Amino acid sequence: MPSLPPIRPEDVAVAEKTRPHGAFDPPSDAHDPVRAGYLMRLGDDALILGQRLSEWCGHAPSVEVDLSLANVALDLIGQATLLLNEAGDADTLAFKRDVLDFRNCWLVEQPNGDFARTMVRQLLFSTWQHMLYQRLTASRDEALAGIAAKAVKEVAYHRELAAEWVIRLGDGTEESTKRTLDGLAWCWRFVPELFEVDAEVEAAVSAGIAVDPRDFEAEYRAEITRALGEAGLPVPDDQRPILGGRRGHHSEHLGHLLAIMQYLPRTYPDAKW
Amino acid sequence: MPVNRYLTSMYTTELSKQPNVQPIGPAEDPERLAAFEARVAADEFIEPKDWMPEAYRRTLTRQISQHAHSEIVGMLPEGNWITRAPSLRRKAILLAKVQDEAGHGLYLYCAAETLGTSREEMIEALHSGKAKYSTIFNYPTLTWADIPAIGWLVDGAAIMNQVPLQRTSYGPYARAMVRVCKEESFHQRQGYEAMTSLANGTPEQKQMAQDAFNRWWWPSLMMFGPPDENSPNTAQSLRWRIKRETNDELRQKFVDITVPQAEFLGLTVPDPDLQWNEAKGGYDFGEIDWDEFYAVVRGEGPVARERITARREAWESNAWVREAAAAHEAKRRAKVAA
Amino acid sequence: MSDWPLWEVFVRSKGGLAHRHFGSVHAPDAEIALRHARDTYTRRMEGVSLWVVRSSDIVASDPDDAGQLFEPAADKVYRHPTFYEIPDEVKHI
Repeated sequence: MPSLPPIRPEDVAVAEKTRPHGAFDPPSDAHDPVRAGYLMRLGDDALILGQRLSEWCGHAPSVEVDLSLANVALDLIGQATLLLNEAGDADTLAFKRDVLDFRNCWLVEQPNGDFARTMVRQLLFSTWQHMLYQRLTASRDEALAGIAAKAVKEVAYHRELAAEWVIRLGDGTEESTKRTLDGLAWCWRFVPELFEVDAEVEAAVSAGIAVDPRDFEAEYRAEITRALGEAGLPVPDDQRPILGGRRGHHSEHLGHLLAIMQYLPRTYPDAKW
Repeated sequence: MPVNRYLTSMYTTELSKQPNVQPIGPAEDPERLAAFEARVAADEFIEPKDWMPEAYRRTLTRQISQHAHSEIVGMLPEGNWITRAPSLRRKAILLAKVQDEAGHGLYLYCAAETLGTSREEMIEALHSGKAKYSTIFNYPTLTWADIPAIGWLVDGAAIMNQVPLQRTSYGPYARAMVRVCKEESFHQRQGYEAMTSLANGTPEQKQMAQDAFNRWWWPSLMMFGPPDENSPNTAQSLRWRIKRETNDELRQKFVDITVPQAEFLGLTVPDPDLQWNEAKGGYDFGEIDWDEFYAVVRGEGPVARERITARREAWESNAWVREAAAAHEAKRRAKVAA
Repeated sequence: MSDWPLWEVFVRSKGGLAHRHFGSVHAPDAEIALRHARDTYTRRMEGVSLWVVRSSDIVASDPDDAGQLFEPAADKVYRHPTFYEIPDEVKHI
């Protein structure tokens, strides 16, 4: 009797990855702590950076730039809403958690500083977010793949906008070059955290939900090197990585940001707005 | 009386115009002037390169730039609450709304620039205190309820002023106003919707709503400017179609529309003299505190200094950004030329 | 230098339509002018394509010449199809 060839483990892995979402899969909102935790990281990154950028509103270098920054902030707040609603209830998560429960990276919670620092931060974050979301469009989690597919276009724009500004500021005047270098020096410590893989991410990667960021670290570094090169700026020396955001260990800045952001729902816990 | 120098209405209409603007400069050709007046009377549009009387150019530049300044300064009181909006939905709505105001300021500065004054000059006039803007923005936004109140009342009053300006005689201004009015339509509705949440909410929210209503009601009525008998240039502006209805007409319309909206929310209009007048088919309302109005127009509003300081700081502390981008472009051009 | 030069913005609202003048923006260069135009004039899905051109590069006719430029066309009625009489029986012309 002819027999089927044995099933090899690598084939199982491929089948697992390409398996279409079907009737037997659990609904995407079933509580899965690995999934929720990963969505929260992505959602918190978007939320906190959106909140930071909205601080610029009314104070930007020109009316046009005010409009640009608000567009980026609106995109990010929209992404945060979608992602956090997949992880739970977006408003509850945004307004009722304390510092230790936030999962965003250190980079996004950094104060805006001047326009140069804001744009450097944006370049470093959006380039990473873009590469990540490009890959997340293939996530086995349909909801996340859908959000990534929508967001990836927004983020592509953020990335280009930030790159264009960093080029102009880096290669502008003596003052703007200095300010851009300062912004870069401020933010550079937080880049390694973007590529940190802990047990939670590993679990989410194994589940086919998440992407291992190390897969695109080389591409990221090359791209940042290229953008900085075009701006006439040297790539900073690597500094000791500052980590901890993904475990709830943040800078002092996040507490103040949350105090402002959460003040109303905390003061009036029974109110609906 | 010195106060007469600051007469007339706000936001969309001129603030600091002199009484008795001379419509005809001595050097102006009476034939061209007559042709111009005839075109305006025939509801034709005047375009940037067309001949126009100097007084028309001056009055319009002042009016449009004041309108632009009002949009830009108006971002501040509401911007004050973006980082503290109570839900993600409200945050996105408010940010989009304040962003619209930046857009409107931009459209209007561009329209004013077609009359020959650069945006930079206009901005400098704002920062030096020479140019005026709507005094309503010199009141503080104290609680979240001020955000719905501004959307509902201040935008409501502004829309009433702005809708007729879509047919104003100066083409670029009219076109900018068409765009502004189209975009503004969500502003007032979001304000009223958010006010409804408060009015139907907890006792603290209701109290917050009534308090905001009390504080914004009278300044909103002041937005239409002094009474017609103290508005010496209204006739001229109406003739030139820079203005389409008088201050008092618009104010009455606003009261008649807004009072039932307030009643629907269960809010009390802070005016003991308010009462329906069957004969005129509108409300009679109490006397506006014109001393307060003129004080605020003179720049004595509670947070006038904060507003101008914030604008000046945004412009001056970021001058290096504008310079850097221009310098980069100059280098790039030099490279291409070489 | 404190403000950037002015650019005119033209937007194609949807495929098949010509670009139409929408307004202006200030920007330091062409790329940023495009971004400013996008961020200012297409926030509500108003467009599918953008043009920007430096305002100072636009050559415009002088309104004072409107008479000599445009009025001579007024009496050339033979340029319009309605000028010609065709019998009703003749179709498709």
